[in-house]
Amino acid sequence: MNILARLYYRYKKFLKVIKLYLLIAGPGIIVMVADNDAGGITTYTVTGAKYSFHLIWFLILLGPVAYYVQEMTVRLGAVTKRGHAEAIFHSFGAFWGWFSLLDLVLVDWLTMITEFVGMTAALSIFGVPVIVTVVISWIIMATMVLQGRYWTWEKLALVFCGLNLIYIPAALMIHPPAGRILHGSLIPQLPPGGFTNELFFLLMANIGTTIAPWMVFFQQSAVVDKGMQEKDMLWGKLDTAFGSFLTVVVAAGCVILTATLLPGQDISDAATAAARFIGINKYLGAFLAIGLFDAGFLGAICISLASSWAFGEVFGWAHSLNNKLREAPWFYAYYFFDLALAGTVVLIPRAPLVLITLFVQVIAVTLLPAALVFLILLLNDEETMGAYKNTRFQNFANVSIVAMIIVVSTLYGVSALFPKMLQ
Amino acid sequence: MGFIKNTTLAVRSINQKYARPHMKMTRRVRFSLGLLRGYLLFLVAIMVYKFVATVLQG
Repeated sequence: MNILARLYYRYKKFLKVIKLYLLIAGPGIIVMVADNDAGGITTYTVTGAKYSFHLIWFLILLGPVAYYVQEMTVRLGAVTKRGHAEAIFHSFGAFWGWFSLLDLVLVDWLTMITEFVGMTAALSIFGVPVIVTVVISWIIMATMVLQGRYWTWEKLALVFCGLNLIYIPAALMIHPPAGRILHGSLIPQLPPGGFTNELFFLLMANIGTTIAPWMVFFQQSAVVDKGMQEKDMLWGKLDTAFGSFLTVVVAAGCVILTATLLPGQDISDAATAAARFIGINKYLGAFLAIGLFDAGFLGAICISLASSWAFGEVFGWAHSLNNKLREAPWFYAYYFFDLALAGTVVLIPRAPLVLITLFVQVIAVTLLPAALVFLILLLNDEETMGAYKNTRFQNFANVSIVAMIIVVSTLYGVSALFPKMLQ
Repeated sequence: MGFIKNTTLAVRSINQKYARPHMKMTRRVRFSLGLLRGYLLFLVAIMVYKFVATVLQG
């Protein structure tokens, strides 16, 4: 009887912990899953088709990289109660503040165009016209925020995060070679052909898609909007760690799909892969197309919110998803304006979408190092962080990761400007 | 006109509010910001170079 009572007590305690986690979970999972946006899914499908299972270990390594960067935003947001844009203005002054804000607005807008390109390409596989996709997306995006509760928005976003996991059952459906996947996951290796310029570019693209500037701004603002306190920090970190695990699993799922079904094929984007999958198995193609639409959708809502929060913080507008439309008109106006502008570009016939994709890579390189350097400096400021400032180990890990990201993203941006550099 | 005037006023008040950095400017912070400035100037220089080269090539 005593054992039964103890077991029951532990079961109740476990349930309580899960309930508490579900209450606090959100920003970390959303930002990490949205990180696998339309551009990310394209990068993973190309990686799988080109280099089979040989680079899964590399994707696994990127999980902790993303975690260490995003974990800093959880601490900073929970302690300062400021979003990243406001924190930069406050701590480094107006010059660096304006630089970051305007750069963020530009990068976010350009990235959102690529998300709309992904969404429209995905649904065009089912014969949905571009204009219908854009308008339906706008309506869903507006409905998600207009109910005036952060909690509801977050749970709806988590549903879309769940849909992003569609790549996992899709990868299991095709019965991939488990032995080769394990080998590619556990043993760091180079693909046959060795270290080529093409491989280097793809590795850089994978790193570039793992950490994007909007992620830093989004998660810190979301932590503040959710009202997370110092005492919730552990849960916030757990949320981020679980999110980084999901992002790696989804990335690996995409690689497994193309590595198994389209090995060695020249694929330019995820929509092309989905169209080819339909030729092999219509359900599989549909899964990939739905996943791509969802990836672009999640990316667009998070990126637009990151910009709206940043503007609201700096201009002093009411800027919470807990505000109704009439309580925070400028915040919502900017959110809709951003989405409308990005969606409209996709509707323009012969819009220079390739040039825009190139620009995203280049402009992101100007913002990402700055945002990460500010993050490290703020996390080391005792006056700002108090007991939560970086420890020596955290500094070692964070500075190494940030230095690596800066070098690689710079090479990525420069090679996008000068493609012959890597030939 | 009203929108432009209001925006200008808002920007001016933001500039005043954040005129001085609140973070203590230690040697490490100054060095990091200096490095960041240099890095951004380098990026701007190669972007300008690329733009000029593209324009000259027609």
